[in-house]
Amino acid sequence: MAISEVNRDALVEGEKAPWNSNEMMTIAAARTLKDGMICFVGIGIPSTASILAKATHAPNLVLIYESGTVNTDPKTLPLSIGDPELANRALTVVSMPEIFNYWLQPGRIDVGFLGAAQIDRYANINTTVIGESYEKPKVRLPGAGGATEIAGACKEVIIVLKQTTRTFVSEIDFITSVGFGDGPGAREKNGLIGGGPRYVITDLGILEPDPESKELVLTSIHPGVTLEQIRENTGWDLKVAANLVTTSAPTSSELERVRALVATSSRKKS
Amino acid sequence: MSKFVTLESAISAHLHDGDTVALEGFTHLIPFAAGQEIIRQRKKDLTAIRLTPDLLYDQLIGAGCVKKLVFSWGGNPGVGSLHRFRDAYQNAWPRPLEIEEHTHAGMTNRYLAGASGMPFAVLRGYFGTDLVENTTNIATIDSPFTDEKILAVAAINPDVTIVHAQQADRNGNVMAWGIIGSSREAVFAAKKVIVTVEEIVDSFEPRFNSVIYPEALITSISLAPRGAWPSYASGYYDRDNDAYIAWDEISKERESFTRWLDDEVYGKRVQDLTPVGMGR
Repeated sequence: MAISEVNRDALVEGEKAPWNSNEMMTIAAARTLKDGMICFVGIGIPSTASILAKATHAPNLVLIYESGTVNTDPKTLPLSIGDPELANRALTVVSMPEIFNYWLQPGRIDVGFLGAAQIDRYANINTTVIGESYEKPKVRLPGAGGATEIAGACKEVIIVLKQTTRTFVSEIDFITSVGFGDGPGAREKNGLIGGGPRYVITDLGILEPDPESKELVLTSIHPGVTLEQIRENTGWDLKVAANLVTTSAPTSSELERVRALVATSSRKKS
Repeated sequence: MSKFVTLESAISAHLHDGDTVALEGFTHLIPFAAGQEIIRQRKKDLTAIRLTPDLLYDQLIGAGCVKKLVFSWGGNPGVGSLHRFRDAYQNAWPRPLEIEEHTHAGMTNRYLAGASGMPFAVLRGYFGTDLVENTTNIATIDSPFTDEKILAVAAINPDVTIVHAQQADRNGNVMAWGIIGSSREAVFAAKKVIVTVEEIVDSFEPRFNSVIYPEALITSISLAPRGAWPSYASGYYDRDNDAYIAWDEISKERESFTRWLDDEVYGKRVQDLTPVGMGR
């Protein structure tokens, strides 16, 4: 069955989508990137989405990775920011003080892409520990890396993560990177010069901060997903936009490109 | 006295139990051969500094060399967790591990301060996060020129910084190229600098994004071909992604890790190692 035959804007309830949730997240994230943006990218879905956007509607997207690769144009999916593909195909490679102090800190980056283990209603994120105690965590996660300052200084931030009651929690165990803190004014109070989260893209839908309250509001629901399903997978009483829309289904061309890209991944797995 | 010594002599002479040591190289030129020689010499009570502990410090931590880890991102890049780091931090195996945690920007600026001979560096960062309450060596200061609060991070001046580079010339100057990360700052910040290189050459050719560490900065240079494997050395060999994936299995259980340590580190001499195998 050709992909184009099953490509449609909405699925019949109960019908299995002809794409998987990672593909939907990746494609939805790619669509948010505009041509010419300077984009600070991390590994995983952010990388796939950025490379996809650059290959489709945003050929002039400038990709910067924290390893120092500036304006890189990877043709294969890097396993990590250490992948030589990123350095070999970059306009230039700069030192980390230059990346963090000269590029990120003064606000030269248009959009930063982050993942998270936990997120709260103000889009603050945790990548440090799971469990109430920092000293005695249930699970020790990798930590901040570049995320804290990316969240602070990029003009806008896009967060990509799967939506479950373990990830979408009423209170995150550790604030690693600030979204909107405890609400309006928190970013300004903390001297964070960037605009904060613009979109939170999950496997179920898209959330955006309310312009006034800064609380995340569900604005788009992916095809084949129900509102009830989204509420069940959110650890707080989720606000839903009055004009809730359905995310456009992945086009056959988007799906083909995403799959081709994932197939180039140097990670060997089935 | 020649700066060119074997890696065994370099680690033995210049790195001591209880030292503060930084093995740098961000994603590229990671000094794995030197790290494994530290394990082989059973150095202990080290304060180990590095932005991304990576497999390199997972090995040192699992082998019991490290008392305290100062870092900003502790995962197996692109693969998952560092199991030995987690086991040490959560279960005190093989010994308790203290941590001091920062952000990449914070760590980079700490080296920058150390390299510049300043007590601290300043940045916009950390504010609003739980790091402020849970880490040390940071402070809030009033900007002397504008009306705002700025974060200060304390300088890092390692007893020893260890880096891997592509080439040394016969006069003892060192050249690295490609991704440099925070290595240059870590080199300038250190009291002693141990370098391993892929190759010793008569003279350097101009290279993409190259950095020279002049001889005056360097304590010792050791030849260690493939000394950054399974990371990579631009111009010499590529990153071995499969080895990073294989490490996940090797390091997952104490038993498989201990077997790896016996077979691939303790069971070999540094001269035999090109490279130390991780499932190879």
